Amino acid sequence: MAQLRIAFFDFASCEGCQIEFTNYGDVATLQLLEHVEIVEFREAMTETTDGRIDVAFVEGSFTREADRARLQEIRARARTVVAYGACACTGGINALKNHQDDFAEYVYGDAARMPHLRSGTARPISAAIKVDYEVRGCPMSKDELLLVLSNLIHGTEHWVPTYPVCVECKRRETICRYDEGDHCMGQVARAGCGAPCPADGVPCEACRGFVEDANLNALERVLVDRGGLSQRRAVGKSRMFTANPRS
Amino acid sequence: MSQRITIDVNHLTRVEGHGNIVVNVTDGVIERCEWQIPEAPRFFEAMVRGRHYSEVARITSRICGICSIGHTLASVIATEAALGIEATPQTRRLRTLLKHAENFDSHVLHVYVLVAPDLLGAPSVFPLVQTHPDVVARALRLKRLGHEWGSAIGGRSTHPTTAVPGGFTRVPRVRDLEALRDKILAAVPDLEATVDTIAALAPAIPAFERPTEYMAVSSHDEYGLFGGFVQTILADGDRASYEVADYRSCTNEYVSPLSTAKYTRNRLGSYAAGALARFNVNADMLHPEAKRVAERLGLAPVCVNPYMNPVAQVVEIVHSVHEGLRLIDELLAAGIGDELLAEPTSCGTGAAAVEVPRGILFHEYTFDAEGICTEADCIIPTGQNHGNIQLDFEALLPQLLAQDKSEDEMRLAFEMLVRAYDPCISCSTHHLDVTFVR
Ligand code: SF4
Ligand code: SF4
Ligand code: SF4
Repeated sequence: MAQLRIAFFDFASCEGCQIEFTNYGDVATLQLLEHVEIVEFREAMTETTDGRIDVAFVEGSFTREADRARLQEIRARARTVVAYGACACTGGINALKNHQDDFAEYVYGDAARMPHLRSGTARPISAAIKVDYEVRGCPMSKDELLLVLSNLIHGTEHWVPTYPVCVECKRRETICRYDEGDHCMGQVARAGCGAPCPADGVPCEACRGFVEDANLNALERVLVDRGGLSQRRAVGKSRMFTANPRS
Repeated sequence: MSQRITIDVNHLTRVEGHGNIVVNVTDGVIERCEWQIPEAPRFFEAMVRGRHYSEVARITSRICGICSIGHTLASVIATEAALGIEATPQTRRLRTLLKHAENFDSHVLHVYVLVAPDLLGAPSVFPLVQTHPDVVARALRLKRLGHEWGSAIGGRSTHPTTAVPGGFTRVPRVRDLEALRDKILAAVPDLEATVDTIAALAPAIPAFERPTEYMAVSSHDEYGLFGGFVQTILADGDRASYEVADYRSCTNEYVSPLSTAKYTRNRLGSYAAGALARFNVNADMLHPEAKRVAERLGLAPVCVNPYMNPVAQVVEIVHSVHEGLRLIDELLAAGIGDELLAEPTSCGTGAAAVEVPRGILFHEYTFDAEGICTEADCIIPTGQNHGNIQLDFEALLPQLLAQDKSEDEMRLAFEMLVRAYDPCISCSTHHLDVTFVR
């Protein structure tokens, strides 16, 4: 089987998703490298390629108009584009500033008017180019990324769950955060992560985004009535990693 | 010398985030010599305003995926200082153990993946899979250990879940800690091999000296990680110390036209933070094994060669492993168990300083009586080093010209210098102005 030529690119992000890519260990990584050839990955290598890219993994949000051309170039060079991480798939945490108009002044003061400090709305990369697959999460699930790659290598179809995190949470028999006197967004969050956060004793904050047709008004009501949050906190909460789909 | 030298490295490779190197020399006259940061700004301090204290650390953690444990801890500890929350001794030990996981993890990645290829004359770690398979396998094993270590304590090594204001939402069980201890012990031979590899590569480290000010968190009980105070040392050994709450008096942020990240300075035109700075300030507090390794690698305080930062990282890798083992034994001896999260007792402003792989994180927050964040300030390590890198550039270029180096040799010298600092540029790009504009 010919090796798949894969490349990594990044935009506004914390680079946590690409760090996850270094955590597979020696056995899995070296086996993976028998099936794929990494042809471009600025953080990890000096080499670049003019040749074909089979799969481009893109991390980070599209925040500056100048990024559009770079994204289009990636699209033109790559057969398959995979957005990985919440920043790339939905805008993720970067989208929190989309609800503010003074973010630059708050951070840089008067210097905010310097041209290199301009930053626009944080958007998913799908706002600029067509995306073939998404690996959600903040950070992305590294097992899911492997699965996408494996499916691409073997030409098998990729499946992602459409049910909410609660299903996975119940399956692993975690005590519900609401029964612990806390709150949670697992009812509307897209599954696929295995519900690690409630199991670690913290609420799910829907870092993988919402399920289709999520009832967000009901979410706010539950956060207030059962979670005991103020209305203002409930609204804010419903926008942690999901400020874009919420707006 | 009649020649034109143009170095234009747009988006330097093998660093986290984006940085450019621009050098123009015509007939020996330096026209430009710049380290530029064009990274897209991300504005975190603005985004946490209006957030409940339980959410703030989970947002600021996303400033940097590589230092996310450090950001989480800086945020949590500053929040506790602001809200009068007292952490228990068990919590403090677990946090230290978690912090060592991050320093270990990040240093392994930096030394093996980002620095070693330069010293081995390879463009990246990937060709080394063929030429040095044992080195690559060892690197991946150690990296995996760092990840498992952080996950065992923090739930996740990237954006930890369990470390929150007031303590840990889930503490590791005795068997988890025992398993972690076994894994760390099993890595000791890899550690020795790491030191051997670096010792063999050390002759390839450029000789360049530029004394500067070195800044690190210090403590009377251990090699500083968090808590305590901030200390700086100059090349002649002259020390100064600062309270964490007064961090603005030693960071003095300013905006540079070269950068989307703010720069800092203190007693000199710039200062350095990170492994070499910590070593220079706190070397006498290192674990004896780490001291032995420093001696073997020819590292002694005050070392003024910035290219030696990765060597200081190796010394810290060894320190973290031995300190980690000691902390696990202490936690097991004390009988680790569940504790309720400590609750807020007041409200106001609080600051924290936490050492992360590349330098010091300063976080400061103000909360109102409902526990809602009203002000935030985060100063990030690489922002602290950018100014120092620029001054290193200005000192290095005339030396390279005097040595009649080729353009390629110069480019490599500049790139290696930047990489030695391990600049995590993405995280350095959203700094609050020191003076509040309301
Ligand atoms: S999705 Fe999260 S972990 Fe990934 S790059 Fe964005 S902020 Fe970082
Ligand atoms: S803890 Fe959260 S994810 Fe789990 S069942 Fe309850 S609401 Fe659903
Ligand atoms: S449980 Fe929720 S917050 Fe946690 S990883 Fe899954 S989707 Fe993200």
